[in-house]
Amino acid sequence: MLEIVNLHAEVNGKEILRGINLSVKAGEVHAIMGPNGSGKSMLSAVLAGHPAFTVTQGSVTFNGKDLLAMPAEERSRAGLFLSFQYPVEIPGVSMVNFMRAAVNEHRKYKGQDPLSAGEFLKMMRAKKDIVELDNKLANRSVNEGFSGGEKKRNEIFQMAMLEPCLSILDETDSGLDIDALRIVASGVNQLKTPQNASIVITHYQRLLDYIVPDIVHILYKGRIVKTAGRELVAVLEEQGYDWIKKEVGE
Amino acid sequence: MVQDSYIALFKENEALFQQNLPAWRQQVRSVAMQKLTQHELTFAAAYALDYGLNPARLPFKGDPFGLFMCDIPGITTYNYLVFNDSFYAQPNMPELPSGVIICSLAHAFVHYPSLLEPYIRQYSVDSSDVAFNQLLAQDGMFLYVPDGVQMERPIQLVNLMYGASDMMAVSHNVAIIGENAKAQVLVCDHAYGNQVNYLSNRFTQVFVGKNATYEHYKLESSSAKTTNISTLHISQEADSQVLSNLITLANGKTHNHVEAHLNGKGAYLSLNGLGLGCQKERIENHTFIHHNVAGATSNELFKYVLDDEAEGDFYGLINVLQDAQQTKAYQTNRNLCLSDAARMFTRPQLEIYADDVTCNHGATVGQLDENALFYMRSRGIDPQEARMLLMFAFVHDVLDNVRIEPLKDRLQLLIERRLRGDNTHCNGCKICR
Repeated sequence: MLEIVNLHAEVNGKEILRGINLSVKAGEVHAIMGPNGSGKSMLSAVLAGHPAFTVTQGSVTFNGKDLLAMPAEERSRAGLFLSFQYPVEIPGVSMVNFMRAAVNEHRKYKGQDPLSAGEFLKMMRAKKDIVELDNKLANRSVNEGFSGGEKKRNEIFQMAMLEPCLSILDETDSGLDIDALRIVASGVNQLKTPQNASIVITHYQRLLDYIVPDIVHILYKGRIVKTAGRELVAVLEEQGYDWIKKEVGE
Repeated sequence: MVQDSYIALFKENEALFQQNLPAWRQQVRSVAMQKLTQHELTFAAAYALDYGLNPARLPFKGDPFGLFMCDIPGITTYNYLVFNDSFYAQPNMPELPSGVIICSLAHAFVHYPSLLEPYIRQYSVDSSDVAFNQLLAQDGMFLYVPDGVQMERPIQLVNLMYGASDMMAVSHNVAIIGENAKAQVLVCDHAYGNQVNYLSNRFTQVFVGKNATYEHYKLESSSAKTTNISTLHISQEADSQVLSNLITLANGKTHNHVEAHLNGKGAYLSLNGLGLGCQKERIENHTFIHHNVAGATSNELFKYVLDDEAEGDFYGLINVLQDAQQTKAYQTNRNLCLSDAARMFTRPQLEIYADDVTCNHGATVGQLDENALFYMRSRGIDPQEARMLLMFAFVHDVLDNVRIEPLKDRLQLLIERRLRGDNTHCNGCKICR
């Protein structure tokens, strides 16, 4: 589904990603862990098409297409979803208008007619239950005045609405209490199918108790330095990241 | 000075300009003539063209209402037209509430001088724009709502510029809202066609009595060759509530000048405006809020979205006199410049001579939020649609201050259409794409 080969990227002339290789297949859950500043969030931003970052080398193929050649909106329509570490507040744009614009763009991309207002609201009602968001959501401005937990639940709600084939969850656990974490994780698990895949980016093992990865990668200084099964999570939890630094010769 | 030729024109036709006016209104013309040359006129160059005026009040041959139909669905108003500089009432309108007078101001000077005199006699001409108006205005709308009469249906006044060649119109409106009365006035400034130059100088005086409620909406959708100078004077007594919205959707050069006097305790003014500018449009809103007594509140919000080479100008002065303790005054001006060539000038000013007041002001000029744009794009939303949603969101809180529901719905549509570019006045800029 996703094939990243030797990906290099920089911001303001500083190279942060220094040759990433990663392969994700349908049905898999990958975890990318690593110390702060290792390039985890930049990887997710580059995959989502953030204009601030420049890819200098390498390729990314997504379902057979050249992902890097697509603008951000087309990546989304093609089935890529990024759950933001810091979801953006957009005062004055209601959730309902925001999501309706998004859903209808996705439908247009697939050659489907736009949903009627009634059909759309019905869909919103059904999907919001997955992350236990309340009914007032539709009329609120996007993320404005949302608590940290609500923002993250709103990300998963949007994921449920857009039904991506690959979702990247960027530090979705940051700033969540245990109840919110449980709700968010349960939402992600409900959306899991054999046809889709997830990349869970996190600093801690906490989220991975709820969203169980098949494959765990450690990202350090812009490279994936170790890949193993889920047992790696326990090792990191016990020993931290220092041994990784030793292993790569620091 | 360009004023001199107009003074000469007035002198040549003085008998026509002064006919049927009470002596105290004639006196205002003399004062105006003296004041006219003291300061430069706003957009003075626009006055230099050779326009036709109509001192002899020759009537328009035809049905002015046939030229313009307001297309706000679901709105039921009392309809009036100031066609260039002459007042017309739409025929066959339902009866006005008891005691309410809406008529031509020229007619009112003849038939209701005692209602007008207390307000006009004591009035001082304080700017060249108003002096020009008061020297040459011959008609306009007169609105009188007696004490205790609450008008449920809004009054709509369409100022329509119409001419086969360059045309100037000068009009003067007076609204007197009695104690405990209520009225809503929607003023629509339109221009017919886009080939000829239009210049309008319109002056509106509103006197709002104790505990009265008055709403004033001014909506301009004119043409690139229209220069529109509008002065609004509001005078508020105790516990009166005034809401004003000045919305400029499409125009050439527009200057709105507002002088609001809060003269009674508990008076509340909400003064709002929105300017959407593109191409070479210029939108000016100059507001002066005078807290003359203690215990009044004003709340001001102006927003601009400017593209291409459009220019916006906001000047807001809040003047709190020494005795005006417990004043609350808030002023906000926020602006979006969408292109490098768009320019915004903002000058928020507070002059506070009292020591127990709550006042604040804020002004910003910026661009669309890139993070919000990326967030929306990352959900599959087209960048142009995302920009539209953000621009609409930006202006939305001005619309929250529109309390006539069909007007609000219509404005939402007009603004959205304008932002999407579905507007004959404006093609190809970012606001419009």
